[in-house]
Amino acid sequence: MRIGDFHASYRHDEALFDTRVQRIWFGLLLAALAAFPFVGGSYLTYLACLLGIHLISAAGLNVMTGYTGLISLGHAAFMGVGCYTVAVAERAGIPFFLALPLAGATSAAIGLVVGIPSLRIKGLYFAVATLAAQFVLGFVFREWESVTGGVRGANVPAASLFGFELAGDRRIYFLIVPLAVAMLLGARNLFRTRVGRAFIAIRDRDISAEVLGISLFRYKLAAFAIGSFYAGVAGGLWGYFFRVATPELFGLPLSIFYLAAIIVGGLGSILGTILGATFMTLIPELLRAMVGWAEALGLKEAGVYLAPIRQVVFGLLIVGFLIFEPHGLAEMWRRVRRFFHLWPFRT
Amino acid sequence: MDWLLLAEFSLVGLLSGGVLALIALGFVLVYKGTRVINFAMGEFMMIGAYLFWTANVFLKLPWWAALALTLAGIAVLGAVVERFVLRPLAGQPVISIVMATIGLGAVLHGVAEAVWGGANLSLPQLLPRTPLTLGEILLPGQVLWSFALAVALIAGFTAYFHLSKGGVSMRAAASDPVTAYAMGIDVRRTQRLTWMFAGVTGAVAGIIVASMTSLSPTLGTVALGVLAVIILGGLDSIAGAIVAGLIVGLLESLTVAFIGGQARDLVPYLVVLVILMVRPYGLFGTRDIERL
Repeated sequence: MRIGDFHASYRHDEALFDTRVQRIWFGLLLAALAAFPFVGGSYLTYLACLLGIHLISAAGLNVMTGYTGLISLGHAAFMGVGCYTVAVAERAGIPFFLALPLAGATSAAIGLVVGIPSLRIKGLYFAVATLAAQFVLGFVFREWESVTGGVRGANVPAASLFGFELAGDRRIYFLIVPLAVAMLLGARNLFRTRVGRAFIAIRDRDISAEVLGISLFRYKLAAFAIGSFYAGVAGGLWGYFFRVATPELFGLPLSIFYLAAIIVGGLGSILGTILGATFMTLIPELLRAMVGWAEALGLKEAGVYLAPIRQVVFGLLIVGFLIFEPHGLAEMWRRVRRFFHLWPFRT
Repeated sequence: MDWLLLAEFSLVGLLSGGVLALIALGFVLVYKGTRVINFAMGEFMMIGAYLFWTANVFLKLPWWAALALTLAGIAVLGAVVERFVLRPLAGQPVISIVMATIGLGAVLHGVAEAVWGGANLSLPQLLPRTPLTLGEILLPGQVLWSFALAVALIAGFTAYFHLSKGGVSMRAAASDPVTAYAMGIDVRRTQRLTWMFAGVTGAVAGIIVASMTSLSPTLGTVALGVLAVIILGGLDSIAGAIVAGLIVGLLESLTVAFIGGQARDLVPYLVVLVILMVRPYGLFGTRDIERL
């Protein structure tokens, strides 16, 4: 059983990882991540890259929706902005280490514009405004052919560093995963600062927050810009990973996927973002494997039902978590941890 | 500018706005009655149309029997959804309710695809096709009749809400559930009825849309554009839903005529962005006053 963890100094109180055990585990995690592509095989490396992208984007959405309470149904469109920015930047010969921040910045700038209605509206109405932004941006992706290549899409060249091409899953892994770790740490750190705490205050009671001297407009826009920046970087990585940008990749279903990920994981929790995005990325793969086994066992038509089954499972997960575990996987994780901490005194 | 063309497209647009208004009515009913925006409205339309197809084309029932079966089926679905998805979530934050209806939509979409397959089916022509000619202007029969149907249904609902005891108690429960409950109105029953009515409106709209185009699991995507319509009209105003439906129908038709078909789907969303900046509670909606 664990006894009290007393914070004896301000530094200790502020620390991101407050116990030594946590620091050791984090170090081990980093080492495992570094070794992963050499041990895991190509399929797992591919999944890890995909997951890294999803994690960055979901973290951005959680900053907006989970921490600040601004529901965004247009997150995928902001990823699209990032992805197309990278495609255009690469055509202009800008290297990836500049193109990725540029993707984030473009996305954040557009996010600022879309966030302006948040001055007057919130909740449902704001959600509908972001839905409108999703469709308007999707329209731009389809119709602005000279830049985006229209419906056929735009190709993205491989990211290269001084002539060394980051092509192939194993090489791009070392771009995506360190960036994902850094950006998740950044998001976690954000909520130890005034800005992050202002976001939480706005979510919990916007009028009270304003009375406390938090400029609602400025901080809501800041939340939207940060969330869109994350989406833009994730979209840029998406471009370097899949090497193509097409309009239907960044449609409403992807936006809903991210919302589902943070709900299943836990709103307003970085741990929840990680658990939720991982869970939602792995579920379709698991279903695909199960359909594969069903086919191997002689059910020939199983493959036809893969897409509908995915939809149904996806919907049931959202509704089920909302009704039975509204705080998501993060809360389940905390409960399991508490059980072991208190064992055997309370079971 | 060709005035005849303008007149023709305006009329067709206004008339096709009737169906939009019907879908909008489904949204507004649920929002007024339970403060939920039903993102699964499109899926309700789609399921309604599939039920009708099953009864009418697959089981070869006459159209009135098929319609009765469909409406009964969709009403049961509405009641089940209210009982098992939305009622447990009463009082939860907006995002939970939005996401619950989106999740519900995904489930219904998947079920429809598993049961009826992803291919396009076609419904028989229910509405007469004979066009109406007003001088030089030609109005397609289907558009005209679907408009008439929408008007009849909306008028029926309005009459019910104002003339019958059940309708008045629904209005009371919508405007102040706690007081209505204290006055002896069964608020749970009115909320269940609300969802059943919304299902029925959705099913009728779905059948109309499917019989004019074709039937596939993606039929419901029209409904998202209609969401924009009700923001324009005000989320809790039936009159607003009708006016907004007509306006968006008109704007869409004029866009097709003078700008091009590509821009058509964009119209409702541009309208909603402007409206949200200028007048967020819509043309006829109630202004929210917040108290601490």
